[in-house]
Amino acid sequence: MIALAGVLGVPALAAVLLAAIPSYRLSARLNGVASLIAFSAALSLFWSRPRGGPLIVVDDLNVVFIVLSTFVGFTTSLFSASYISHELQTGRLTPTYLRFYHAMFQVMMFGMNLALVSNNIGLLWVAIELATLSTVMMVGIYRTHEALEAAWKYFILGSVGIALALFGTILIYLAARPELGGGVDGMAWTALVGHAHGFDPALLNIAFVFLLIGYGTKVGLVPMHAWLPDAHAEGPTPISAVLSGLLLNVALYALLRFKMLLSACPGAIAPGPLMIVLGLMSLLFAGIMLYRRRDIKRLFAYSSIEHMGIIVFAFGMAGPLGNFAGLLQMVLHSLTKSAIFFAVGHVAQVKGTQRIADIGGISESHPLLGWSLVVGVAAITGLPPFGVFTSEFLIISSTFARAPLLAVGVVCGLLLALGALLLRLSSVAFGAVRGPVGPVEASYVPMFAHLALVLIAGVYLPAPMVAWFQHIAVLLG
Amino acid sequence: MQAISFDVAKLLAGGLVLTSFLMLYQVRLPAVLNVLALHSLILALAVAWQAHVQSEPALYITAAITLIFKAILIPEALRRIVEKLGIHREIENVTNLGITMLAGVGLVALSLEVMLPVTMHADLLTRTDVALALSVVLLGLLLMVTRRNAVSQVAAFLSLENGIDLAAAGAQGMPMVVELSIAFSVLVAILVIGIFLFRIRERFDSVDMQALDAFRGDRR
Repeated sequence: MIALAGVLGVPALAAVLLAAIPSYRLSARLNGVASLIAFSAALSLFWSRPRGGPLIVVDDLNVVFIVLSTFVGFTTSLFSASYISHELQTGRLTPTYLRFYHAMFQVMMFGMNLALVSNNIGLLWVAIELATLSTVMMVGIYRTHEALEAAWKYFILGSVGIALALFGTILIYLAARPELGGGVDGMAWTALVGHAHGFDPALLNIAFVFLLIGYGTKVGLVPMHAWLPDAHAEGPTPISAVLSGLLLNVALYALLRFKMLLSACPGAIAPGPLMIVLGLMSLLFAGIMLYRRRDIKRLFAYSSIEHMGIIVFAFGMAGPLGNFAGLLQMVLHSLTKSAIFFAVGHVAQVKGTQRIADIGGISESHPLLGWSLVVGVAAITGLPPFGVFTSEFLIISSTFARAPLLAVGVVCGLLLALGALLLRLSSVAFGAVRGPVGPVEASYVPMFAHLALVLIAGVYLPAPMVAWFQHIAVLLG
Repeated sequence: MQAISFDVAKLLAGGLVLTSFLMLYQVRLPAVLNVLALHSLILALAVAWQAHVQSEPALYITAAITLIFKAILIPEALRRIVEKLGIHREIENVTNLGITMLAGVGLVALSLEVMLPVTMHADLLTRTDVALALSVVLLGLLLMVTRRNAVSQVAAFLSLENGIDLAAAGAQGMPMVVELSIAFSVLVAILVIGIFLFRIRERFDSVDMQALDAFRGDRR
């Protein structure tokens, strides 16, 4: 129970405290400390798991995501501390806004952790709504034309997605009622999945469509992706990092839970083909759209859509291998993409712009920063020896064995993205130095930590971790 | 008794669908907001009726929240925004009204066609409520895509949400309905505050969503 208190209570408490503390230095530190406590509490879940109830569940699947989410939350809080001091200097943010920003950061962490541990599908929905609302606030924090538009768009599209997901949730309850009766049990996921074989398949099918569209909007799947690039590009970069690294994952996690429900009901449609189509569409669409990006944060936002596409595709292919690769890709994408956003955040601060055309030769003017970005992009495009290569290779090879034509689509999408990202990278990192060359006060530790983990995953995956993921992959069906 | 309780529930749910149609062809913002208030009022009655029929006192709370918050406070707040921004003028619809209405009829037919067969095992009360609720949700979506004005989009979203509330109230014995409706109300409240907070009028000189689109980053 102490572990849960750390994962849920600490962010909630910290949010209240941070809203009250006027000094930004103190609150940036407190933000980091609170995130560290939540991370250690999450780690302790590996050893002692609290007993679940109708509201809370901790099982093999969500432990991985809780640890990942609190870890990225912690490293982002470190990056955020150095990022915001620069924003204060340039006057883009004021101390009052920072108070709000820090409080919202912890509210978001609370919402995401709550979504991950919730057993009740209604609570899951409320938690995802909370996380969405807090990120909307942060996306609009610069209050420029673009930031407000991005926040409003994110808000409207996110709200519609969330509303449809709730309708799906209600339908799931209706499907379960004849079997489970009313009451709290009728919405507890563990009870639902145990009795799913007796549910009305037709009702489950319709419910899943609503959930797929609803939570799929939050995952950023094409064609419900329109909010994603704007929200990533116009908000503060630490928020872009957690949006890509965490919030998309949490929404996808919710989808996976419902997919498991559907797989447990023999009469229901296979969710696979739906997910394959959406995933492949996102991958190909984002791959093409990457070529037209002029804004560096927008570029990597589209790369997130692309990766979410691959992951959803992998889970759609399912089977032990597909699920394993999907899980691995989810974890590695979180780590890599947030590392890239850390680097991009500092690059944009040094150069004073996000326009790709105005940024050049970073590896020459700021070698450490530039090369981190190069390594990050190499990792995200799936070049060996990084971990993403392993997971993408697994996805492609397993798909080739079962549906060669689909594999061709995936390979095309990946190559498209590879070409676009390397093209942009070559002008940003190499080539003539463009833009200011002032010194940079970057926080390298979070970036290096993430990239090192991705590299290690590519070279050597520890056996217990492989066994754990294989176990989850089987659970996912 | 069974027959009457069913008839009243059906009447109220049907009234909600009808009011959605009413909203669909309003071309002036103040009129849209009046219809929205009516929409929420009917929902409050429908939820209260469900509370009575299912003898589920918690649903009375949901009905009360709906009545006070969505039938009175929110429409009033939106009215003030409209007045402050001076946008009493006509709304431009994306497609013409005839086609929109026809699409609406199609959506209602679709939702009945989809929901009635699959809720065969549920009791009659739930069946009609959920089927009509889906119509309200789909009509709300249609409203959202045909309107380009931020205020009327929020009004459309509210009507969509009313449909979901109807489904939740109709699903007998569903736990957490009150909590969910409170969570949803928070979302809506922030939406409305958002129009204030983001000062859409000031910042963009227009609450017209088409004008907002022009700012999209890559065309800078």
